[in-house]
Amino acid sequence: MITIVDCGINNLRSVEKAFEHLGHATQVTRDPGVAARADKIVLPGVGAFGAAMKNLRDAELVEPLLDRIAAGAPFLGICLALQLLFDWSEELGLHAGLGALSGKVVRLPDATPQNPDLKIPHMGWSPLHFPRPTRLFAGLDDGAMVYFVHSYHVQPDDGEVVAASSTHGAEFVAAIERDNLMAVQFHPEKSSSVGLQILQNFARI
Amino acid sequence: MPATRSSAPRSTTMQAPTNWCFSTSRAAFYDHAGADELVFLDITASHERREMVAELAARVTEEAFIPFTVGGGLKTTVEMGAVLAAGADKIFINTAAHQTPELIAEGAARFGVQCIVVAIDAKRRGDNSWEVFLHGGRTPTGTDAVEWAARAEELGAGEILLTSMDGDGTQAGYDIALTRAVAGAVKIPVIASGGAGNVDHIYDALTQGRAEAALVASIVHYGTCTIRQIKEELRARGVEVRL
Repeated sequence: MITIVDCGINNLRSVEKAFEHLGHATQVTRDPGVAARADKIVLPGVGAFGAAMKNLRDAELVEPLLDRIAAGAPFLGICLALQLLFDWSEELGLHAGLGALSGKVVRLPDATPQNPDLKIPHMGWSPLHFPRPTRLFAGLDDGAMVYFVHSYHVQPDDGEVVAASSTHGAEFVAAIERDNLMAVQFHPEKSSSVGLQILQNFARI
Repeated sequence: MPATRSSAPRSTTMQAPTNWCFSTSRAAFYDHAGADELVFLDITASHERREMVAELAARVTEEAFIPFTVGGGLKTTVEMGAVLAAGADKIFINTAAHQTPELIAEGAARFGVQCIVVAIDAKRRGDNSWEVFLHGGRTPTGTDAVEWAARAEELGAGEILLTSMDGDGTQAGYDIALTRAVAGAVKIPVIASGGAGNVDHIYDALTQGRAEAALVASIVHYGTCTIRQIKEELRARGVEVRL
């Protein structure tokens, strides 16, 4: 059973339907008790960092999520949830995150005279580069394309956690994997067959 | 309809009318065929129709795993929210945005700029001048299309879906000058629409026209070419696309 945690501002339906399409049972919850017993957790996230953290705190989900991560339960953060794992973000003021990984969240680089067509948010399909083999991206070729929608990106203190990178103006971290803890900046549930493969890899861990 | 987007890479957006409601397997078909996005256009907006639009979004979410946009006739943030909650990634507003520009700002504040697409139907009125038309091209506004696009961006639009009324349905090519003028006036992505008849037209929209994505409908619906053929040809000419 995959437990999809609802932090109150996202549309979870696409993620739920993608796992169902792959043949996996899911449950959606905001209940800290249910989250605390989950075997596998998916935390999708869209919206602003500060608002999402407030929702997690108000729903008393912070502690169960961190406990499950520490206990070794497979955890997949999607989009904003990748960012939430870090210490803090500069989105709309400074906001503390979950701190499961050290590092920060900063804005993507703005357009420059050399690159006047650079848009923020970075919205669209971009190729992934894999610096090392990981469980999450098993079976995918370097250059596999996935769908992104984001204006901020993570900067881990420990570069070893990086599982995939992509480029928008400059190279940025597209995914992390550290033992049971995985998170992606893009939307696997909107990334066609490549995205479904990633979700299947996670579901089978 | 499917679109081809190129944010660095360019995309093919596929446009479909919402009567796909009853044949959503087409959405899965175009996902597998390589469309980068789908746009569902509700041509006959009515109250009942809008409920069906939310139903459509829910069904597409079950079988297609690429981003999709739904719009046509949405008038309030409540209606926008219903479609997004059903699983759409973005909504577009056209007539309502022009009549009530605050709707763009309200939608952006509530759902995020990335969700709010402003659709503009433009008709050429001179060498380098295009006028915004509403109600599916029936009502002239006197508003300059390039100025309206810039204003929509200021209000919080995340994207512009730009249709040339002159090109729409002709398969004689997008209005490249229009596309280029709007793309140059805004920092947000522009999807070129209206007139795609062959790969040259799409190539022109994504290069000279500076569009981020090209929307195609008839040429793939009627089998003139496949999305894969379009993308292979674009890639062969140096346009970065997802294959």
